[in-house]
Amino acid sequence: MAEKRIRVLVAKPGLDGHDRGAKVVARALRDAGFEVIYTGIRLTPEQIVETALQEDVNVVALSLLSGAHNTLFPEVTKLLKAKGLNDVLVVGGGVIPDADIPGLKEAGIADIYTPGTPTSKIIEFIKGNVK
Amino acid sequence: MANEKILEGLKAYNAAVEKTLAKSPERTNLEVNRLYTPLDIEGFDYETNLGFPGSYPFTRGVQPTMYRGRFWTMRMYAGFATAAESNKRYRLLLERGGSGLSCAFDLPTQIGYDSDDPIAEGEVGKVGVAIDSLEDMEVLFDQIPLGKVSTSMTINAPAAILLAMYIAVAEKQGVPASQLNGTIQNDILKEYSSRGTYIFPPAPSMRLITNIFEYCSQNVPRWNSISISGYHIREAGATAAQEIAFTIADGIAYVEAALKAGMDIDDFAGSLSFFWNAHNNVLEEVAKFRASRRVWSKLMKERFGAKKPKSQMLRVHTQTAGSMLTAQQPDNNVVRVALQTAAAVMGGTQSLHTNSKDEALALPSEASVTVALRTQQIVAEESGLADVVDPLGGSYYVEALTDKIEAECWDYIKKIDDLGGAPVAIEKGYIQREIQESAYKWQMQVEKGERVIVGVNKYVDKKEVPPKDLLRVDASVGEGQKKRLAALRAKRDNAAVDAALDALEEGAKDEKVNLMPLILTAVKAYATEGEICKRLRKVFGEYKAISTL
Repeated sequence: MAEKRIRVLVAKPGLDGHDRGAKVVARALRDAGFEVIYTGIRLTPEQIVETALQEDVNVVALSLLSGAHNTLFPEVTKLLKAKGLNDVLVVGGGVIPDADIPGLKEAGIADIYTPGTPTSKIIEFIKGNVK
Repeated sequence: MANEKILEGLKAYNAAVEKTLAKSPERTNLEVNRLYTPLDIEGFDYETNLGFPGSYPFTRGVQPTMYRGRFWTMRMYAGFATAAESNKRYRLLLERGGSGLSCAFDLPTQIGYDSDDPIAEGEVGKVGVAIDSLEDMEVLFDQIPLGKVSTSMTINAPAAILLAMYIAVAEKQGVPASQLNGTIQNDILKEYSSRGTYIFPPAPSMRLITNIFEYCSQNVPRWNSISISGYHIREAGATAAQEIAFTIADGIAYVEAALKAGMDIDDFAGSLSFFWNAHNNVLEEVAKFRASRRVWSKLMKERFGAKKPKSQMLRVHTQTAGSMLTAQQPDNNVVRVALQTAAAVMGGTQSLHTNSKDEALALPSEASVTVALRTQQIVAEESGLADVVDPLGGSYYVEALTDKIEAECWDYIKKIDDLGGAPVAIEKGYIQREIQESAYKWQMQVEKGERVIVGVNKYVDKKEVPPKDLLRVDASVGEGQKKRLAALRAKRDNAAVDAALDALEEGAKDEKVNLMPLILTAVKAYATEGEICKRLRKVFGEYKAISTL
């Protein structure tokens, strides 16, 4: 039986419009065989979680360069839990200072990707950690 | 040497190269020829291709003497946290020899929300300064003489409001609008294609822009009423040729909109300015700057019939490429910025902002922004690059590359014309897809090692030393702004605010009304930016991006 394809939601929470990274990652994930849904920019955490639920995704990949990650990323994981989406793997990327990474991981973001990360690293991590 | 002799020499050279290659092969994936000779610029005519600096087609620069008379304006893009904090940074930069200001606004300000709007949570003061009302603007420019300093404001969707605030602050300082010098970005089309800080749909956005053109031509004549921006298009992943092609296509759309609104080309073309990126490939960038001037002057003269030389010249502000800075080994970014600065200067920019080495990690600290400014001063004063006008003019390589980029640019302009112009091309997702394609290609080249980025995919340090002293914007900034807003709403004349907002809303419904005076009245009554945008949203609606992925 063919294995179910991994479904990934690539999402940009908040007001940040820089979506080069998100689009490159979305395309690389698609080329790697994932099913990818890209939300576009300017989504609230509520909208992202709602889409994750509707689309029945395995992974939510968040991208943010504006510095609001400490507010918005944990809000997404909190809302996912509240909806009972405990099996969804959440990863994040963007301009994120090293000092913020431990806090974000504690809040349930499984991995954080800063500028210069090859897309292959993201692909491997998702393959190895998706529930 | 006649061409036949060069050809003969070239044959001999190529034969010798074959022998060399057999012994030691070259690097692969090089996109340019090995060598450039006069044969690569066949048909090159000094008068039509170059001319003299300060005259058509302006390839060699827009002023006759360029930097021998005056250096470019050294502007450091700054703004973070509160107006008071940013004001301190502006004064520091001016004190250290910066010659103009460049204001960065936070995302809520850029998208027309007040700091106390729930949607602004976490974003207040982060990527720029939070400006909610004229009160914040007064603090931002406190003790900065607006009659002497030139200010560039990176604001687009709500550009009319921020410009109105600037005019109002100047008036309070006793400086009439006619003396104000500076630029508002005011380029909405690239927001839809590349950057994402749009508010309204294209049609009302274009109206606001032409309202500003008209108001400035009558009241703020020294102001650049738009900075048509390729910077963000490049940052989004475009190539050098795509950067100028898509931007110039946007420029054509603005010109057409203004002509349609009944303006005369020579009344506003001189206040159009451009904004280029400066990447690492120095000579390609120089060629890009030169090609862009040639394309624009031809368009203005031949297509739009502009007669004044100022209407035909492409004047440009440049920023070094943020996306080329690495989070790894951030000290190396000082070198990258220096090369990008050299490219912008040899390309003949009118104004330049250099990025700081820590910008791939955080907002620039005071120390790092000073190094970035000093980089410009070293290039200006020590390198010799500013001593000669268009120092690379006549280089076989640079001229061939200028021609090549110009040709690619015309191809794109034709394609976009055929689609119905830039707004339609954006609506169809054409420009977005072209940019995405280039961004993806670039990323794959980096991942395969075909394109080297030092510290990222080659010469990687096993153990990175994390940089110290990164600037952090405290979460309390948002709380502080909320309190300021509450206090403002309690003390201002709310009846006057409501009356001004009602008048604005009515004006917005009539396409013939120029909204600038109405916005100015609202701003002076201390209506907030969010309140003004809310009324405009009510009439204009909001833009929803199309999916291009």
